[in-house]
Amino acid sequence: MSDTVSKATGAEAAPMTNERSSAGHVGLFIGILVLLVLAPFIAYPVFVMKLLCFALFALAFNLLLGFGGLLSFGHAAYFGMASYVSAYTALHWKLLPEQAILLGTACAFVLGLIFGALAIRRTGIYFAMITLALAQMVFFFCLQATGFTGGEDGIQGVPRGMLFGLFSLQNDMTLYILVAAIFFIGFAIIYRVIHSPFGQVMKAIRENEPRAISLGYRVNRYKLIIFVISATLSGLAGATKAIVFQLASLTDVGIGVSGEVVLMTLIGGMGTVVGPIVGAGVIVGMSNYLASLGGWVTVVQGAVFVLCVLLFREGIIGVINKRFKTKL
Amino acid sequence: MTTIFGIPTAALFGQVLLGLINGSFYAILSLGLAVIFGLLNIINFAHGALYMMGAFAAWMMLTYLGVNYWWALLFAPIIIGAFGIVIERVLIQPISKLDHIYGLLLTFGLALVIQGVFRNYYGSSGMPYAVPPLLQGGTNLGFMFLPYYRGWVVVASLAVCLATWYMIEKTKLGAYLRAATENPTMVQAFGINVPLMITLTYGFGVGLAAFAGVLAAPIYSVNPNMGVDLIIVVFAVVVIGGMGSIMGSIVTGFGLGVIEGLTKVFYPEASSTVIFIIMVIVLLLRPAGLFGRAA
Repeated sequence: MSDTVSKATGAEAAPMTNERSSAGHVGLFIGILVLLVLAPFIAYPVFVMKLLCFALFALAFNLLLGFGGLLSFGHAAYFGMASYVSAYTALHWKLLPEQAILLGTACAFVLGLIFGALAIRRTGIYFAMITLALAQMVFFFCLQATGFTGGEDGIQGVPRGMLFGLFSLQNDMTLYILVAAIFFIGFAIIYRVIHSPFGQVMKAIRENEPRAISLGYRVNRYKLIIFVISATLSGLAGATKAIVFQLASLTDVGIGVSGEVVLMTLIGGMGTVVGPIVGAGVIVGMSNYLASLGGWVTVVQGAVFVLCVLLFREGIIGVINKRFKTKL
Repeated sequence: MTTIFGIPTAALFGQVLLGLINGSFYAILSLGLAVIFGLLNIINFAHGALYMMGAFAAWMMLTYLGVNYWWALLFAPIIIGAFGIVIERVLIQPISKLDHIYGLLLTFGLALVIQGVFRNYYGSSGMPYAVPPLLQGGTNLGFMFLPYYRGWVVVASLAVCLATWYMIEKTKLGAYLRAATENPTMVQAFGINVPLMITLTYGFGVGLAAFAGVLAAPIYSVNPNMGVDLIIVVFAVVVIGGMGSIMGSIVTGFGLGVIEGLTKVFYPEASSTVIFIIMVIVLLLRPAGLFGRAA
């Protein structure tokens, strides 16, 4: 919201802000690269990989919610389905890990295209309910199609395999390099989309849809494209997670994960560039450190949800952006 | 044994009855969602959790206090409705001016908290709740066996739905309600306490959910997860019916319950997804919903 205001107030000031922010964003990319290099030496690599998968998922989700203004409550469908496809093809078809991940991502693309085309027929609150119902349909499919998903057991013992047939991913550090590269590419794509003319039109649609229509934009086409990009990248995250943990399960396709990704985005800051990464860090970290609480983790998450909506709607990065006038 | 399409009538009508029962829960819950949405402009994600609390309230009253089913049917909706009023005043009112999605997110968080707390104290396995003595047993209708309790659930839900419809569409109170849905500022200007009305409406919608929960307790065991899946199906029901019309919610709820029951007979594999598939078809043919007004 705040950057729309700044754009409206001074058109002549815009080039300067752009220059400053693009310099800032070179810094942002360098900062992320440095963190990616340092992280596995500071924390347990598998934990960092889990974090990166969820961070990419949350970034993809935020693209839809923060920049498209569309609240999907069923993003686990793309994340979970891609992880099943990636796990299944790596295990049963003996595909190389990169092939399995790409196939999983492609599956999320197709699913996103179909569900997106259905969901954008309604707006607002109905959009959220439709995406949730469609995701629940996917969940029931996965529960029943035991030949494909393994039902309650999930697909276990997925081989990490040899990347390009050359590098064994059994080594956590080799795998980490792959996951970090996937995350970085995903982040770069999302960054590019947000700062492209397409991203600007999306913001216009979010702020005032009738006006965007009257200006001649095919609003539904824009919404569908951003939905598909978001679903595909969520799938990329899910497919990668299946290879990292050598497991695909019903949890990843259920409503719990759909809710978690909303919470990550909310905590980090909706509509900010790096907020979802921070939010994913908070939630993944929280569920790791609070694991001893067992069932109470859900209660804590729910309470955090309520508190965020009541008191902290801008999110961590949103507050930082406001205080320091940055555009992270 | 009599059969239709190669299926024993007893099984067929038994499933239709079960479908009607599920349909009554869909109808009562989607009715509550529609009334709340009309006035508060939020989708109450906690509706499933509050339905579960209704069932638990009945179970607790029976187990700890010895209060029987009939009193529970009266008191559980009042207690849970009062709880709803507190929720509305403390949590929902502060965000009433914000975008709709915040209401959805807030009530989703609330549902997580409520379900999590009950799951921690009572586990996920569920507790049995006996059918009240008056309604035990059943009668053979010739083409099927009718357990009295199941018949009672359908009759009671239908009565509550129609009473709600009558109250909203035909009484003065309902007229205030409908007017406040259209234009709250104007109604306030006529000297009606709209904020109070909003609070009571939320409490009423929650009370309806709790009532459904008590009805459900003897049929399904009392279980912390009983509301989770149900609320998502009810969302699909709401998308199919549209929230514009009270009667529309009732008809859609019962109708979809029956369709789901019939699917269980003819193609059981699809029974858990059939409502979502109907939702897809409705979205393709009539995006505004069967009884909805185009936005």
